[in-house]
Amino acid sequence: MPVISYIDAVTTAIREEMERDSRVFVLGEDVGKKGGVFKATNGLYDQFGEERVIDTPLAESAIAGVGIGAAMYGMRPIAEMQFADFILPAVNQIISEAAKIRYRSNNDWDCPIVIRAPYGGGVHGALYHSQSVEAIFANQPGLKIVMPSTPYDVKGLLKAAIRDNDPVLFFEHKRAYRLIKGEVPDDDYVLPIGKADVKRQGEDITVITYGLCVHFALQAAEKLASDGISVHVLDLRTVYPLDKEAIIEAAAKTGKVLLITEDTKEGSIISEVSAIIAENCLFDLDAPIMRLAGPDTPAMPYAPTMEKYFMVNPDKVEKAMRELAEY
Amino acid sequence: MIENRHKELGLSDEKVLEMYKVMLLSRRIDERMWLLNRSGKIPFVVSCQGQEAAQVGAAFALDRENDYILPYYRDVGVVLTFGMTAKDLMLSAFAKAEDPNSAGRQMPGHFGQKKNRIVTGSSPVTTQVPHAVGIALAGKMEGKDFVTFTTFGEGSSNQGDFHEGANFAGVHKLPVIFMCENNKYAISVPIEKQLACENVSDRAIGYGMPGVTVDGNDPLAVYRVVKEAADRCHRGEGPTLVEAVSYRLTPHSSDDDDSSYRTSDEVAQAKTKDAIITFGAYLKEIGLLNDELEKQMNDDIMKTINEATDYAEHAPYAKAESTLDYVYEK
Repeated sequence: MPVISYIDAVTTAIREEMERDSRVFVLGEDVGKKGGVFKATNGLYDQFGEERVIDTPLAESAIAGVGIGAAMYGMRPIAEMQFADFILPAVNQIISEAAKIRYRSNNDWDCPIVIRAPYGGGVHGALYHSQSVEAIFANQPGLKIVMPSTPYDVKGLLKAAIRDNDPVLFFEHKRAYRLIKGEVPDDDYVLPIGKADVKRQGEDITVITYGLCVHFALQAAEKLASDGISVHVLDLRTVYPLDKEAIIEAAAKTGKVLLITEDTKEGSIISEVSAIIAENCLFDLDAPIMRLAGPDTPAMPYAPTMEKYFMVNPDKVEKAMRELAEY
Repeated sequence: MIENRHKELGLSDEKVLEMYKVMLLSRRIDERMWLLNRSGKIPFVVSCQGQEAAQVGAAFALDRENDYILPYYRDVGVVLTFGMTAKDLMLSAFAKAEDPNSAGRQMPGHFGQKKNRIVTGSSPVTTQVPHAVGIALAGKMEGKDFVTFTTFGEGSSNQGDFHEGANFAGVHKLPVIFMCENNKYAISVPIEKQLACENVSDRAIGYGMPGVTVDGNDPLAVYRVVKEAADRCHRGEGPTLVEAVSYRLTPHSSDDDDSSYRTSDEVAQAKTKDAIITFGAYLKEIGLLNDELEKQMNDDIMKTINEATDYAEHAPYAKAESTLDYVYEK
């Protein structure tokens, strides 16, 4: 099976879907001739032409809004926000429009759009090129938010997102783009949106996380294994709506739960995961729910000292895991 | 006898009478909704009064079988022209399950009906402008030859979505007609506090498209301008910004008291230019309408509205549990 990078999985998924369905097209800043600032749409302009790989004016609300209009007509737009940090001008279009179109029209209209955006830190991106924005959208019924961790999941979930008849926000960790490589089959496959995935079976403690932190957890789990501590790792993959069943099952399995996000802590995705566990697993728990997250500062600073302080990393994860295991 | 102004526009006598009838129907539906609101039967109304000529004049210039419309909340005249009925609007006013716009989920004035290509809208203003551009883009990609028409108020022409959408359409030369219904007020704030330029249409130059200001009280003038804009679209010449200037004859909505920010003299002055009167007078002067026909028309309309009101008032609400339906595809 070919081994490809996380970002190549993005490009492959888009290319295959554009080949399969003429209604699929890409729009965003620099996505055409340049192939995207991260090269996520590399080669698509040459293959499909400027009509289907559209370099838009620098205006995020129009990128989302024009995509939404095309989706309502029956196309399958993939809109790219150059950085998740810059999605904010499009929030009105995403929350007031995309999320509510099916509901407000009593199922008369729908909005099958995918909005992709690179998120996450650890790339010297400072406040406005590092943020995690999922929590902003994660109490908006009508939206789905997918945040894959591996190239295999990227391809299968992005294809599923493109074929989905509802709006999907697809957040890609920008540090994972070239750091994370993995086996990805050449064939056409989709993975279910809304389903978490067990990335490692374990018996002693459970880690529930998503995105790049999945890899931190797996690395730390490997270290703990040599000390006889067995770690169960659940990758949420879809952070909204959450796979409650999988969360409850994973928490109940070991009774000791560590939740990890790179986002700031209060009001984050793992806050909701924590609430689900608290509601459903009281008698299964052997320790208080533990959370590891970024500090509650507006965003992550530029200087390496402060960036490192902010970011979750394998060492911080390992330390938290050991603490929980010893509880 | 005065000069026949509609023949040169290619409008038959029947067509202009039909235009007048839709204008009148819009006005009478609106008036009925105010009565229903003031008698406590419906919670809310937001009016088309004073803008029917612009709405109907524009909508008649479009292809009602193929074009897409993205109306804003006052566009009773536009949606009636595109196939929505008095009954549909009353069902919406009463928030009943059969309301085709939203099954009672949205306030009145939030239009949407896929079968007539009336695209669902929301309350945040001007979000529909980029949607119109996206629909036009999709049509172009699919090789279709339809026009996308969207409307908004002059206050809304300050929103980023207007500028972002207009610019996108200009860059890609998309077949969109942007029509600003300038009724001089954004709730209480008058036009001089909304715009630094003289006309909304002045904004078109920034987006590489023609901008035309037209008398919104003259349905034939609006028809001509929108028809020309549609022709430009079909010729592949791109979008047009039309500004139809009229006046809002009612308060902003049933929850507004306009006496706190404008004088009754000003409103009375505007009413002398009310297109229901002036267009009716034109049709009479040209010999197409007389008192008898007008009465007949009014009687027909009132019968339609009475039946629609009755039906909607007695129609069932959506089941409470249907609150949970259609968050996602089932």
